[in-house]
Formats: sequence, C-alpha cells, structure tokens
Amino acid sequence: MDSSDLGAIWLTLKLASVVTLLLLVAGTPVAWWLARTRSRLKGVVGAVVALPLVLPPTVLGFYLLLAMGPHGPVGRLTEALGLGLLPFTFPGLVIASVFYSLPFMVQPLQNAFEAIGERPLEVAATLRASPWDTFWSVVVPLARPGFMSGAVLAFAHTVGEFGVVLMIGGNIPDETRVVSVQIYDHVEALEYARSHWLAGCMVVFSFLVLLLLYTLKPQAARGGAR
Amino acid sequence: MSGIRASFGIERSGFRLDVDLSLPGQGVTALFGHSGSGKTTLLRAIAGLERAPGGYFALGDEVWQDERRGLFVPTHLRPLGYVFQEASLFDHLSVEGNLEFGRRRIPEAERRFRPAEVAGLLGIGSLLGRRPASLSGGERQRVAIARALLTAPRLLLMDEPLAALDLKRKLEILPYLERLHDELAIPIIYVSHAPDEVARLADHLVLLDAGSVVASGPLTETLARADLPPAFADDAGVVVAAVVAAHEADDLTRLDFAGGSILVARRPEAIGHRLRCRIHARDVSLALDKPQASSILNVFRATVSAIAATDTPGQVLVQLYVGATPLLARITGRSRRVLDLQVGRGVWAQVKAVALLG
Repeated sequence: MDSSDLGAIWLTLKLASVVTLLLLVAGTPVAWWLARTRSRLKGVVGAVVALPLVLPPTVLGFYLLLAMGPHGPVGRLTEALGLGLLPFTFPGLVIASVFYSLPFMVQPLQNAFEAIGERPLEVAATLRASPWDTFWSVVVPLARPGFMSGAVLAFAHTVGEFGVVLMIGGNIPDETRVVSVQIYDHVEALEYARSHWLAGCMVVFSFLVLLLLYTLKPQAARGGAR
Repeated sequence: MSGIRASFGIERSGFRLDVDLSLPGQGVTALFGHSGSGKTTLLRAIAGLERAPGGYFALGDEVWQDERRGLFVPTHLRPLGYVFQEASLFDHLSVEGNLEFGRRRIPEAERRFRPAEVAGLLGIGSLLGRRPASLSGGERQRVAIARALLTAPRLLLMDEPLAALDLKRKLEILPYLERLHDELAIPIIYVSHAPDEVARLADHLVLLDAGSVVASGPLTETLARADLPPAFADDAGVVVAAVVAAHEADDLTRLDFAGGSILVARRPEAIGHRLRCRIHARDVSLALDKPQASSILNVFRATVSAIAATDTPGQVLVQLYVGATPLLARITGRSRRVLDLQVGRGVWAQVKAVALLG
C-alpha cells in the first residue's frame, strides 16, 4: 500500500463517519415519525426512504448530479449562497451518501421505536416526564440496539458505496477518491497486487461489521417496559 | 379538598362511554364492571391519556380538563399516580432507578415521601439494586405502586393492579393496598372486575355497564341495593363493617355490627379490630318463624325493605334490614309466594356463610 491507498482509506473513514453522524441526527426524527404516525403519508414517505435499497446507485447519482449541477435547484441555491457547486467535492459526496444510506439508518431505528410501543411513553407521562424528556430518558435507552445497528449499517454501507461516488464525486485524490474507486483504478491499470491489498481489507472489514451486528442482534429483540 | 367531578363522552367503533360522576375526594373509589364496560377507558380519560372531546375533570377546585374553555392539562403536568395492569417497569433502569424516575421530576418541596419509607410500606426495601426482569410479578407490581406514590400524587389511579397476578400474589399485595388506604390520605380510584377486591378495599362504588354508570354511592349502601341491573345480580351480596367483640368457646369469634352480632370461626385478630365481612345473597335464607334446632348459628330478626326480580327465572332478590344493617337474600319466587313476603314484613334471616375480608 502506498500513500494514495492510505489517503483513500482515510477519506473513506472520514466520509463514513460524517455521514453516520448526519444520519443519526436526520434519520432519528424520520424514523420516529414513521414509527408513530397514523398519517396516510406514512406509506409514501416510507417508500421514498427505501428507494435507495432498490435503485441502481447510478440512477440515484444521476439525479443528484443534475440537482446539484449548475442548472439544478440545489446547484442554483448553493451558487446563490456563494458556496459554489457541490459535485466533485467532499461535501457533495457527503450529501449524496446521506441519501444513499438513509434507509440503513431509518429502518432499524423505526423497528426499534415500534418495538417499544405506547406503554413506556404513557408510564413516563404519568411520572411527570414531558415528551422531550421521555424521548431522552426512556426512548433512547430502550432503542439503543436500534441506534447501534443503524449506525453500524449506515457506516458500513457508506464505506461500500461505489456507483454514487463515481457519478457525483468522480475520482479526485484526497477529495472524492474513496477505497472502492481506488480499487477500480488499480484494476483498470492491471495492478492486481495493490487491488488485492485493498480488496482484502474491505472483505475483512465487512465481515467484522456483520459479525458485530449478528452478535448485537439478540439484544435488539428485547427492550420495552415490563 | 372537596370532591372529584368527572364528565366524559367517548365514542369508539361499537362502544360509547358516557359518564357524569361526582366522587368523594378521599378513600378508595372502585370502578366496577364486566370487561368492556368502559372502566379502563374512564380511568385513562381521568389521567389525560385519552382525550375526550367535551370532557370535564376537576380534583377539588383544580380543573384538569374543561373542553368548553379549551383547557386540557397534559398527563405529565397532572399531579397523579397511575398503576397499570402490567407493572410496566422501565427495563433499562434498576428498581431504584424506577423509583427515582418520577420522584426526581417533581419539585423538591413537594416530595412528601422518602423512598425508604415507601419501600418499607410496600416491602421492597431489599430489591432496590435488582433489575425489573429478575423480579416476580407481585414484586414488580409493588415497585410500580411505590414508583407512583413517590411522585406524591394528589390522586392515585389503579387499573386492575392485581388482575395479572395469580391468587397467591394477590394475597401478597392486598395487605399493602389496605395499608395505602389506611395510612395515606390520597384519594384512590381503583378499577376492578373482582367483587372480593372491591368489597375489601373500596369505600365508594361506581358500577359501570356498557359505558354508562348504573350506580354510584357508598360501598355498603350501593351493594345492598336490590334494584341493580340483572348483570350484577349473580354477585349480589352485602359488605358488613364489624368489630371483633369476643373470642368465645368452641373456637368461635363474635363480631359486632350495627344491629347485631355474628359468630364466625375463630379469628387471629385482637378484640377491637375492624373487619369487613361479605355476605352473599345466595347464602341467606328466610323463615317466618324463628328456626329451632338448626345447625346455622347466625339467625337475625329482620324487616323486608324491597323485593326485586333477577335475570334468573324463578328467583327474586329480597332486601332486608337487621337494625341499621342491610342484607340481601336470593330466594325462589315460589318461596316468596308461600311466605307471602311483602315490604315491611318481619322475617328471620339465616346466614349460612360469612366471608371475612381481612
């Protein structure tokens, strides 16, 4: 491995960390709303959140590229704000990854929130806890396995993305060239030995993530108030 | 504090709760009815867990809900305690953490009880470090009651706190509930469908049937009514407040009540101890002449005060007074005709069995 490989690994970890943190903040209210609402919009919102699960990453990347480009609504907004254009930058990659990994955060959280049910919230209310207080003192601790699975899945999924990065970020060293793109470059250049190193790291990393998830699982089934 | 006013109308698919109640501001009020009668819905409405359009609730002069004025105090701002049918302890906290949860959230000046006192009252002092998952059903329910008490509630709501427990656990908790009643000056509204629990704990009784109130009044008076709907006639019977008067020969104990005394198998309580006895209508028979040479010990001179039909064909319910104490007797229509029972007529009431309620 040389410095460009290490740069790619560092960039990938940075991207996945930032995206996971943003998703914890943005995914929690979405998951809470989906778990609690009786609105007819629930199905629509749930389907939109799940779209990245089935769409080819290139399709998602294509539309995000258009939206963030000079003629897209997001692009015009960022230019008007003096931020320049987002495609082929790290922030652009972060935004695209947030959409791409959204279901991996929202769905475990939604399941965890639904498993808690109504009762602990009612109990907390009769013990003088406001809804906001209840969320932090009851919901978050009881949904902890959901938060763990969501964070691990979102992180791992962001590490593994390729298609969206290629569409939005291209291949700029230390800015948008993540591990998966670096491997692609090595293979194109027929540098199989270097590909092996990175690819092997990814296999080990993915296995460890899944191992962590499956050992967490038994606890995820418990929780609630008895 | 004066009384409690509760008025709610809640419409659900296939169910309508429509109540307008005035309840005493002290002692235990039992909401009694069969399942589906609306007891739990009423309790939830009182707690604000269920919002009834057009509802009204006041505890003394403190109004918690008055929809005509657009007033609805959310549950977490109401000074109440609520014990759910399942203990519903927080699994992520220890027993002590559960007890502290509500107590920490009330102003320091309002913390009337110390955790050690309440834990002692409910016999859970040795459980404080345990996790809820490791407790028995009875222990969990006692922790839940203590947790509610530690918020220093001005009104304690209990939704069948014993229903999920087996008989042994019930008997384990009932004495603690009686202590709550005797030692704390908090009005309690207690939902139950178990007549024995009601007879043992309640001072005031509200009978609910299909979402409506069919009777509301002091326990002994209400239970002694002969005109209750047929749905309640199966369990008909009175509760008599008595005092241990003497321990007699032949392993008998004499209890005095307003209007007479009654003999029961020897009791462990000391003389002067107050007891409640439940006398089922089906255990009372009537005779015109004083029965001679009978194995039944408890025979009273009584006056018939009301006669009502039941929903069992051929049976009637007779209300009578032994001094100031009412009794109910369930007899056949034929016996009534043969004895020519009329209101005002003197009879002899023979009591075959007396259930003592501790």
